[in-house]
Amino acid sequence: MQLAVLGGFLVAGMAPLLHHWFGARTPLVMALLPVSLAAWLLGQWPAIAAGEVLLLEWAWVPGLDITLTFLIDGLAWLFAMLITVIGAMVLVYSGEYLRGHRDLPRFLVVITAFMMSMLGLVLADNLVTLFVFWELTSITSYLLIGFNHTDLGARKAALQGLFVTVAGGLALLAGFAMLAVAGDSWSLSELARRGELLRDHALYTPLLVCILLGAFTKSAQFPFHFWLPNAMAAPTPVSAYLHSATMVKAGVYLLARLHPALGGTDGWVITLSLVGALTMATGAFLAIQQTNVKKLLAYSTVMALGTLTMLIGIGTEAALIAFVIFLLAHSLYKGGLFMMAGILDHETGTKDVTAMGGLRRVMPLTAAVAGLAALSLAGLPPLLGFMGKELMFASVLEASAWRPLLLLLAFTAAFLTLAVAAIVALRPFLGTLRETPRVPHEAPSAMLAGPALLAVLSLSFGLVPGLLDSLVSATVAGIGAPAADVHLTLWHGVNLPLMLSLASLLLGLLTYRHWDRLRAWLARLDPLMARGPEAGYERLMAGMVAFAGWQTRMLQNGQLRNYLLTTLLVLVGLVGHALLFRHTLDIEFALSLYLHEAVVAGLMVAGAVAACVMRSRLAAVAALGVMGFSIALTFVLFSAPDLAITQLLVETLTVILLVLVLFRLPRFATLSTPVERLRDLAVASLTGGMITLLMLSVLSGERLPRISDYMVANSQPLGKGHNIVNVILVDFRALDTLGEMFVLALAAIGVYAMLRFHAAEYDARHPVPPPERDDG
Amino acid sequence: MVRSGTLILKAAARLLLPLQLLFSLFLLLRGHDEPGGGFIAGLVAAGAFALYLFAYGLRALEAMLKVSPRDLVAMGLLLGVLSTLPAWWVGDPFFTAQWWTVPIVDFKASSPLVFDIGVYLVVVGSVLTAITALVKTDQQDDER
Repeated sequence: MQLAVLGGFLVAGMAPLLHHWFGARTPLVMALLPVSLAAWLLGQWPAIAAGEVLLLEWAWVPGLDITLTFLIDGLAWLFAMLITVIGAMVLVYSGEYLRGHRDLPRFLVVITAFMMSMLGLVLADNLVTLFVFWELTSITSYLLIGFNHTDLGARKAALQGLFVTVAGGLALLAGFAMLAVAGDSWSLSELARRGELLRDHALYTPLLVCILLGAFTKSAQFPFHFWLPNAMAAPTPVSAYLHSATMVKAGVYLLARLHPALGGTDGWVITLSLVGALTMATGAFLAIQQTNVKKLLAYSTVMALGTLTMLIGIGTEAALIAFVIFLLAHSLYKGGLFMMAGILDHETGTKDVTAMGGLRRVMPLTAAVAGLAALSLAGLPPLLGFMGKELMFASVLEASAWRPLLLLLAFTAAFLTLAVAAIVALRPFLGTLRETPRVPHEAPSAMLAGPALLAVLSLSFGLVPGLLDSLVSATVAGIGAPAADVHLTLWHGVNLPLMLSLASLLLGLLTYRHWDRLRAWLARLDPLMARGPEAGYERLMAGMVAFAGWQTRMLQNGQLRNYLLTTLLVLVGLVGHALLFRHTLDIEFALSLYLHEAVVAGLMVAGAVAACVMRSRLAAVAALGVMGFSIALTFVLFSAPDLAITQLLVETLTVILLVLVLFRLPRFATLSTPVERLRDLAVASLTGGMITLLMLSVLSGERLPRISDYMVANSQPLGKGHNIVNVILVDFRALDTLGEMFVLALAAIGVYAMLRFHAAEYDARHPVPPPERDDG
Repeated sequence: MVRSGTLILKAAARLLLPLQLLFSLFLLLRGHDEPGGGFIAGLVAAGAFALYLFAYGLRALEAMLKVSPRDLVAMGLLLGVLSTLPAWWVGDPFFTAQWWTVPIVDFKASSPLVFDIGVYLVVVGSVLTAITALVKTDQQDDER
């Protein structure tokens, strides 16, 4: 399975090549990947249904306890199934939605990479692995929201989604580190067994806060809900897949996964159920103010995510069962509804529901499928959504904390959601046919197949809920209600939840009837809305940019001598502190100097002094050259030919570079005042003195075993080379060298960018160039 | 401001370039046992190309190189990273050096050598990127 997921990334990378071979059929070909994964998962079903937990072990970084082990229990299986099945549908759908789009290969690369990251996320058993996949989903989501990269709004939304989720990701990393310390394990399956230890640990509260921050940002919980509706700038298949069916559920998945380890405390129950309920009501409330069909659905997704969080927070066995049903129902209907929204957009050319009407005549199949999915969203029998809502009400009624408030919020959310369902499914299809930017036709079958299949699944699970019994019991076993005996039925008799459903149905229909008036009335609240959490985010970002600007002006003012001064002073400070206060200086110094050594040293000093006092640029450079060559001579004297050659070559290249820029440089000038020159002299002497002291103290007294002895001894046997310097560079310290290669490459790119892009900009701004030439 | 060189420079550059490049390859390959190695060899090669640039100008250099120096940097980085992979294949920790003997010529092929070639390319590419960028900017300014 690990190989399949890692290979999936390879397939993602090959998408452009596949597109070259298969053309417009590429999405169909690529859909084979999730289909085969789903088939493999189906093959594991008997074991999962029997309550087994599959551990597919795979060592990754054994030294750090990081494994690529996959854990497949009911919970992971359910999520993996949703990811692969809906993923396959979305691929097929997007082939039609983006038919002929220039960037289809790029889209396929990223969405397949996302699919694999998401799969890795839900299957990972190791905290680090989970985190890596978690961040990968954030990055791929960023690329997908910003898919339409020429659109400023899309780029902004992408960045917003990225910042919010990645900030949460940072908190999550801290939380995971504390979790691993507290539970003394990086393995989720191991941690699930150490719940009592974790809940009593001193780190419990901080780690809970950090992990919840991560989960809440990812799953768009209040007050971080604002990024999700903005993410609707993505192409509709992406919204259907990432921002309703899978990625935004990652936070909820994490909460469910950690429920056995961390759940059950007051902090957990109250935070989760209150935040969840608040998100639920906020989402539903904001939804009915929208007329854009995608935004309507996005806010109702926020509502659903809130419901799921609340249900985990309540945490009773019934609540967990409700969680699983609601999760499944939501993925089925919302994925389908988003694809319907894409069809409407695709066929009519507008996303505004108030601009559509009477479409049932031109696209009857679409209308039927949308109706089914919306019935499930509304929570009406006989669909799965009805069951989810009934169970949700039942769980809220047995919540231990804040029951009246939760019930009020849940009820509000329920009737508003019903109104949303009616708006989405009735408004575009009923009434008289309106004129739209494009003349609508029935959707092509590749676009209709996915939503139709999902709607049929919603219906059949609702009619025969017994199908889900074993799945639900296997799943809740993973969340912390082992051995639950699940018997699902659609009809629970006349009870309080049913009454609540009826009441919400009436209120919801009423809301739908008066929707236009209600919206106009709610628009008066806009000034208040403008001060919501999103405004806070904007202010935070603006502040950060301002701070960065100030900081850059302070530290990066473009004066080389200031950089040098700062660097040297920091160096002197650090070295001096370590040398004088952390060690006792003990210096043995005996001068024994040959005449030629003294000459070389003298040359060096003379070169340095001359470079400082020369009044012409060429002379100063020549003086520096004298110094450089003397240093090379020193290397020769002390038998370090490699260093000597390097030094010589660098000197040569310096000359070459100098030749190129010499005529460009401004006239030689003294830019500093005498006082500044004195200061510079002081800093320079201080640095020189400190380094001399350091050298002397290193050379005298063998306080530490010398690393060079090891290098000398092992260069031939381990590195198979006689040239120690080179063996160190390419073998012993190869990782450092690799890092330096990247630094060098970055420097080259920096030079290139600075010279070339600046020049291009200059050309653009000065079409008729009057350049001031100053060949000093 | 670089103008193409004099006759003497041109003749010298044409003769010296192959020698210098050969020398840089020599330094690169013997680097593991004798003074040399990818970094030094890369500097020598960069110097050789710079000489050619001074003699014949930027266009001639670009025509001779065929690839952009920036692509050389990229190739070097790629080789550097690729050289870490054989160890993974054998099951050794990341970056462990692997050695193979090429039978007939008795040549020690190794992942460090691949890595060293990567270093070589990065050095040549970086220096040439900087130099050509400077020359190009220079010429554009002159055209004004």
